Amino acid sequence: MSGRNIGEVILDLNNISLSFGGVKALTDISFNVREHEIRAIIGPNGAGKSSMLNVINGVYRPQHGEIILRGEHFANMNSYKAAKAGLARTFQNIALFKGMSVLDNIMTGRNLKMKANILQQAFWLGPAQREELEHRLKVEEIIDFLEIQHIRKIPVGRLPYGLQKRVDLARALAMEPQILLLDEPMAGMNVEEKQDMCRFILDVNDQFGTTVVLIEHDMGVVMDISDRVVVLDYGKKIGDGTPDEVRANPDVISAYLGASH
Amino acid sequence: MFYRENGQFKTSYQADQQIFPIPQDRWVILGIVAFAFFGIPLLVDEYLFRAILIPFLILSLAALGVNILVGYCGQITLGAGAFMAVGAYAAYNFLIRVSGMPMLGAILLGGITAALVGIVFGIPSLRVRGLYLAVATLAAQFFWDWAFLRVKWFTNDASSGSVSVANLQLFNWSIESPTDKYLFCLGILVVLGLMAKNLVRGSIGRQWMAIRDMDVAATVIGIRPLYAKLSAFAVSSFYVGVAGGLWGFVHLGSWEPAAFSIDRSFQLLFMVIIGGMGSIVGSFFGAAFIVILPIFLNQMLPLVGGLFGLEVSIALVSHVEIMIFGALIIFFLIVEPHGIARLWSTAREKLRLWPFPH
Amino acid sequence: MSFFLETLLGGLMSGMLYSLVALGFVLIYKASGVFNFAQGAMVLFAALSMARFSEWIPQWLGMDNLFMANLLAFAISVVVMFTVAWLVERLVLRHLVNQEGATLLMATLGIAYFLDGVGQTIFGSDIYKIDVGMPKEPVMMLENIFEGGILINKEDFVAAFISALLVVALSIFFQKTATGRALRAVADDHQAAQSIGIPLDRIWVIVWCVAGITALVAGIIWGSKLGAQFSLSTVALRALPVVILGGLTSVPGAIIGGLIIGVGEKISEVYLGPMVGGGIEIWFAYMLALMFLLFRPQGLFGEKIIDRV
Repeated sequence: MSGRNIGEVILDLNNISLSFGGVKALTDISFNVREHEIRAIIGPNGAGKSSMLNVINGVYRPQHGEIILRGEHFANMNSYKAAKAGLARTFQNIALFKGMSVLDNIMTGRNLKMKANILQQAFWLGPAQREELEHRLKVEEIIDFLEIQHIRKIPVGRLPYGLQKRVDLARALAMEPQILLLDEPMAGMNVEEKQDMCRFILDVNDQFGTTVVLIEHDMGVVMDISDRVVVLDYGKKIGDGTPDEVRANPDVISAYLGASH
Repeated sequence: MFYRENGQFKTSYQADQQIFPIPQDRWVILGIVAFAFFGIPLLVDEYLFRAILIPFLILSLAALGVNILVGYCGQITLGAGAFMAVGAYAAYNFLIRVSGMPMLGAILLGGITAALVGIVFGIPSLRVRGLYLAVATLAAQFFWDWAFLRVKWFTNDASSGSVSVANLQLFNWSIESPTDKYLFCLGILVVLGLMAKNLVRGSIGRQWMAIRDMDVAATVIGIRPLYAKLSAFAVSSFYVGVAGGLWGFVHLGSWEPAAFSIDRSFQLLFMVIIGGMGSIVGSFFGAAFIVILPIFLNQMLPLVGGLFGLEVSIALVSHVEIMIFGALIIFFLIVEPHGIARLWSTAREKLRLWPFPH
Repeated sequence: MSFFLETLLGGLMSGMLYSLVALGFVLIYKASGVFNFAQGAMVLFAALSMARFSEWIPQWLGMDNLFMANLLAFAISVVVMFTVAWLVERLVLRHLVNQEGATLLMATLGIAYFLDGVGQTIFGSDIYKIDVGMPKEPVMMLENIFEGGILINKEDFVAAFISALLVVALSIFFQKTATGRALRAVADDHQAAQSIGIPLDRIWVIVWCVAGITALVAGIIWGSKLGAQFSLSTVALRALPVVILGGLTSVPGAIIGGLIIGVGEKISEVYLGPMVGGGIEIWFAYMLALMFLLFRPQGLFGEKIIDRV
């Protein structure tokens, strides 16, 4: 990728292990993410990719291991701390607020930055009104960026799948995150939609300098857009490196094609 | 003039963020409010005030509160009646125990007390949801039912929890005639209704709805369930508590705990379901419907029975009434989960395109 | 000491009845994910049906045999409860498949109101007698162990025995029969059960029927004690804390929860009640359940809920 300066390590995961009851979802996984890079986590179904993402932003709490974000240790990461620390994410099975309009959904992404108290809001006083307007402007920028102006006022439940995925991304972008976690952003899309989504991810990375961590099980797209790739299989790390290195890794090949080949 | 927004372009986001972005709506609403203040007092007789309009206004306020919790924040409550009771009895205690306490002050303080109690009983919502939460709110209902009946301090040692309030005054306005009472309730409802609308269109309202629609995603974007849920409990209980105060002070005058029994809680929940969950205007529809239906049945059933030569007793009317409520709840949940408010907005949608639908 | 034991036994016996109602809750929740608020209305409906038919049948047939009248009334009431179950599935549940728990809960609230209304319209709204020959006189027990012995209501004893019998019968039904296995499969996973050819709608009708039967038994026992009257429908509200305590998905939980609540209520009423003005039994159970919820949201025996994203 040209033009971007890939910086220091900003997110470091050390020896993460996670299990549900007796089932091991992740075993002793370590990897890091550098500033401004696009980092992919790939692996077959059930490899533990989503669990990994859920650990990073505090939805699941791992039994072992630590998360270091910009030099700060997070022993007990939770979703709120993660959001405050500048992590945003999208969801594999789209977790939009389906009773709300596209605009309101994206506005929720500004929540952490809105400070007006409940009384100011109830009386719609100056500060509340100003704040609402100010954040609306920011949200409109994102709406323009993702080209979803025409659906602003529509309840998200009525949108087709591809557009819902885009709104999900818009909501995450509204948080102005430093690190953006994308959970299978291209799952279930047709070729054209995939191309659009790739373009948006690259643009976000390029224009805002946002670090991107993305999960995908479709190897093709990932190899094209990411700087470095981690490969998981059955909850273990089996490869880590540039797309070319990973492609040449015999463990990765056998995980994807079956061991006997 | 057609009901149409063609050609009305918003030139600022501010204009787009108004409560009623369509000018026609704005005028209609202003017209209704003006008529409610100036027209109705000239047209309506005492019976109508007492039997329909005053209960309608107060229950609308309570339904608004329940709707904030159930419709906007998605937290089910079967104990709204208890919070009305807390509001009413707290207001009563402020009035008689604090010398020189104005009536409006007592009612508002009653609302605030209800809000605090609401926060306490909302704490389980942080751990449990749905059915289990319903049980927590029922605990509130039964506890307060008991407390106001048995703990003498709350009722100033009145027997069986029955208390009364007289000589309502707001500054120098003595609220005695049904018209005065109506105007007083209307004033409070308009102010609190507007505040509710402001809350649900602002950032706190979005937090509530986010928690309702998808709580995991909400926490991931930095919404704290603790703050969102407890604020919904507090605001909701404040509204319900103020409504309780009005119900006791203005509508009943003297009351006992049975006025705020579990049946009241169910009634409020039904208003929200029938009127429309997650809709401010729906709360008014629901309240109107539930206030008017029994009166309508009381008039109609004996007539209909008479046509077939049947005698319809009062007991039968009340049984048919709860039957119809039950059937309507099921009907709305299945056919139109967003209640009358959705039917209303669909009709408006149609009207916008009339007479040239695509 | 003997007074304490009397209180304890009294609590255990009323607890057995709570278990019976709680069992109705658990059965329906397990099989359909519906928290059936109408269980109390079903108890009332069944009790009214039993009371009125046992009164009407001798009039219609001109006979004077109490046993036959009760038997016929019981048979008719079973049919009535089955019809209710079938109608609930047909008219309500079928249209609310895959809805959220809260919506279903409110729907059952609607069913409760409807049943209360219909029941009282058809059967009347007075207090009616159910006489199935339950022994009314109290007996003394354990006189040789304690001075004065302990006083036990024979009726409670029989009622507890019948409840226990029903619980055992239902457990066998669930564990040993093909229908029982199908029910458990549905409880585990609706879609998986459907995909191997278990008809969901039929299973739902069956659980509602079974819940109807438990309602009928509870209605008869309670009705013969207090008379068939409107207040019976509040029995469900009193049994609610039981399922919270025991866990919504657990049959043993319903039974043990019932016993705990029954004993807790009685002991708190007798020893704590006088200090605070009495009448605390109804909220005491709720507070107990509430405290419990805060520390163990899934109840004593319920399955732990894991959120997935």
